[in-house]
Amino acid sequence: MAQEAQKEKSMVLQKEMVEGLFDALSKVSETGKKVCYTFVPGNLSELIRTFDMLPVYPEINALQSAMRKKSASYIKEAEKHAHSEDVCTYVKCDVGMLMKGNIGPTGQKLPEPDILLLSYTGCFTFMKWFETLKREYPNAKVIMLHTPYQENAKMTPEMVQYMAKQLRDEVIPVMEEVSGVKYDENKLKKILGYSKEAGDWIAKIFDTTKHKPSPIDAYFAGVYYIGPINIGFRGTPEAVEYYKELYSEIMQRVEKGLGPITPEGEMKEEKYRLVVEGPPNWTNFREFWKLFYDMGAVIVASSYTKVGGVYDMGWRHDASRPLETLAEYCMNCYTNLNLPQRIELLSKCIKDYKADGYITNSIKSCNSFSAGQLAMMREIEDRMEVPVGFIESDLVDPRYFSYSNIKNRLESYFQMLGQRKMMENQEV
Amino acid sequence: MKKLSELINECKELAFDLSYTRAKQWKEEKPGRAIVGYMPIYFPREIAHAAGALPVAIFGGGDRKQIIKGDAYYQSYICHIPRSIIELALDGHFKSFDGFVFPSICDVIRNLSGIFRQLNIGSFIKYLDFPQNFSKDIGGVFYKQEMEHIIHYLTSITKKEVTAEALNHSIDLYNKNREMIDFIYKIRQDFPWRLNMEDVYYIVRAGTVIPVEEHNKLLEQVCYHIKENIGTPQDKVKVVVSGAFCEQPAVGLIKAIEEAGCYVVDDDYQLGSRMIIGNIDAQSSDPLMALSMGFIKQSQYSSSIYDVSNPKEYRLAKIVKDRGADGVIFASASFCDPSLLDAPIFQNAFNKMGIRYIAFQYSENINQYKVIKEQVGAFSDSIKLWEDEPATVQVTNK
Repeated sequence: MAQEAQKEKSMVLQKEMVEGLFDALSKVSETGKKVCYTFVPGNLSELIRTFDMLPVYPEINALQSAMRKKSASYIKEAEKHAHSEDVCTYVKCDVGMLMKGNIGPTGQKLPEPDILLLSYTGCFTFMKWFETLKREYPNAKVIMLHTPYQENAKMTPEMVQYMAKQLRDEVIPVMEEVSGVKYDENKLKKILGYSKEAGDWIAKIFDTTKHKPSPIDAYFAGVYYIGPINIGFRGTPEAVEYYKELYSEIMQRVEKGLGPITPEGEMKEEKYRLVVEGPPNWTNFREFWKLFYDMGAVIVASSYTKVGGVYDMGWRHDASRPLETLAEYCMNCYTNLNLPQRIELLSKCIKDYKADGYITNSIKSCNSFSAGQLAMMREIEDRMEVPVGFIESDLVDPRYFSYSNIKNRLESYFQMLGQRKMMENQEV
Repeated sequence: MKKLSELINECKELAFDLSYTRAKQWKEEKPGRAIVGYMPIYFPREIAHAAGALPVAIFGGGDRKQIIKGDAYYQSYICHIPRSIIELALDGHFKSFDGFVFPSICDVIRNLSGIFRQLNIGSFIKYLDFPQNFSKDIGGVFYKQEMEHIIHYLTSITKKEVTAEALNHSIDLYNKNREMIDFIYKIRQDFPWRLNMEDVYYIVRAGTVIPVEEHNKLLEQVCYHIKENIGTPQDKVKVVVSGAFCEQPAVGLIKAIEEAGCYVVDDDYQLGSRMIIGNIDAQSSDPLMALSMGFIKQSQYSSSIYDVSNPKEYRLAKIVKDRGADGVIFASASFCDPSLLDAPIFQNAFNKMGIRYIAFQYSENINQYKVIKEQVGAFSDSIKLWEDEPATVQVTNK
């Protein structure tokens, strides 16, 4: 029998927030609240909140379905309707879930969207996904917010203006029309103030991995920590309180010299400190995590926790420039960074958090991350002189999680890390 | 005037010259010239022409380049074209190229621009972000700025000033180019036996690696020849091929479709050369905005352009109707996200509209077409023999 997972208080708080959101979504027919489907990278939580709408995140539904072992049947359903085996499994899981009655992760039926807000940030598939959803929900209003790619490692004034104009002239008027709420810039500014605070806290939290042992796992636990800022609670006092609480819990662990909490309790010995690039596998999330903590490996930084915003390079929401700051936020999400920027960021993580190694989890159906990962890995290996490892899995398709393959590769990798450490110690 | 067979042979040589001989010669003929390589689907070649540069399409190595180093850059589940482009780059095929433009097609081509940056290939790399906003004052302005960046990169090499007059001249040349290609497709719509698809492919592709003035001369002669009643009609059905806009199928596959009993009366192979429908204003005082609006208002449907206000399934259905086609062949490169993610949209709509179709996947380097040929043959037969029956739906993976 599987061991009951130990949950930190912050995890419980987060669960309550998520359940509250899904509960509110299940009651929109009574409350009359309008529903906005949107994506995590480049999510305009603050704007959605300004118009008193409720967000639905199709990727979050997909990953939750995978963790509840429902994604396989949803994917199969989508594939029956001409969806290729070779494309993003988030899309297929979402489409399959829709075809099977759109029952959300909490067992409640999800409401149809009033708005499909496509913040087209860092992932081409998002665009195709909403083209598909538009055909399923012909009555929903569609808003496309085109986020230019940081191709030259810059957010230029013209890129910011392009986005701000879209927000002012196209996004906001449609939100006003659908919600029946007039745009209130002061309200948005107030919300953005909380977003800035949340950003400050999240940066501090992920920076605690500087400690040895690291008090948190910045990948497997990190995906829980980014939950509130990525599913609509950024810009709320509740999120700020949550992060304060979380930070305080983590600092208590630091004071006691404790390592991260895993589903099987506290990790006893930190043997290896790693930086991970790529999203996790969700279908076998606990097994996947266990492969690391069983070997004493803790993830001190990960790119995936930056998909909903990069806060560790100093950028913060600025309430004095509300639309421009939303534009910058969208452009500054991890997958909207060019490859040299990604390499720079991950190299900094390796250096700052004194990582022993770098692992790529290459996701079959996510080209936004995967295309270029091998070149990044080679560059990081050369530049940082750390051993690199490579594993493959998928987001929510259990057919592509091969436990023994991943285990074999990780075991070999950890052996190599172990030998290297031993040699370094001998040299010292 | 050259014979049609001579023209086709000339185009065939040019189209698959992975040494880009003519482009190199052109550059060496006069100091201050530059070559800019661009990836599929579409690049506004007019701006390069006006800046004194030769735009050269990079379609990958197809089935003519063995991949050794390229595979080390990409996982097995990523399409083939980026690995063959990397192979070409690392083997020095692009040594004479000054810069590279990566138009926004998909995440793979976008990230390939990063690998080029990392490998320091060329003196400039530009990811060309096409606007997904279609208002003149928003997306139109943004796209114009994107083109200005490319002009800046190019003129810093060529030292040529890009005037409105020069741009209008370039627009005019490319308008003529597209008009003549359209004429070829119009002839094929009614008399597809006059020039087979393989030859059309060579003729269009040759234009992506040589100066437009030279291609226009070739096209004038081809158009002259195909006005004549040449060739012999065969008992084939008419089809439209859709989905092959980026990674190109090998010529053998293009040929196999017609040999299996189909006349391809429209397609999206090399879509970039036919992307703009109709002429762009060549007398504008703001030619860059004219180009911008040409893209925004006159583009063919594409898997890379957000289509909600102008759904692609209806646009393809209209092409099928206008061309008098009997069905559609959805040909997608393996692991091509844009094409494969569009497949359910097209296929669900076509099931309702009663448009017959088949679908298969290919890779640029495959040269075994037996299965696809049988599938296409069965499709053609089903239309010819059971014309009144509902369309048979077949979906084949790889």
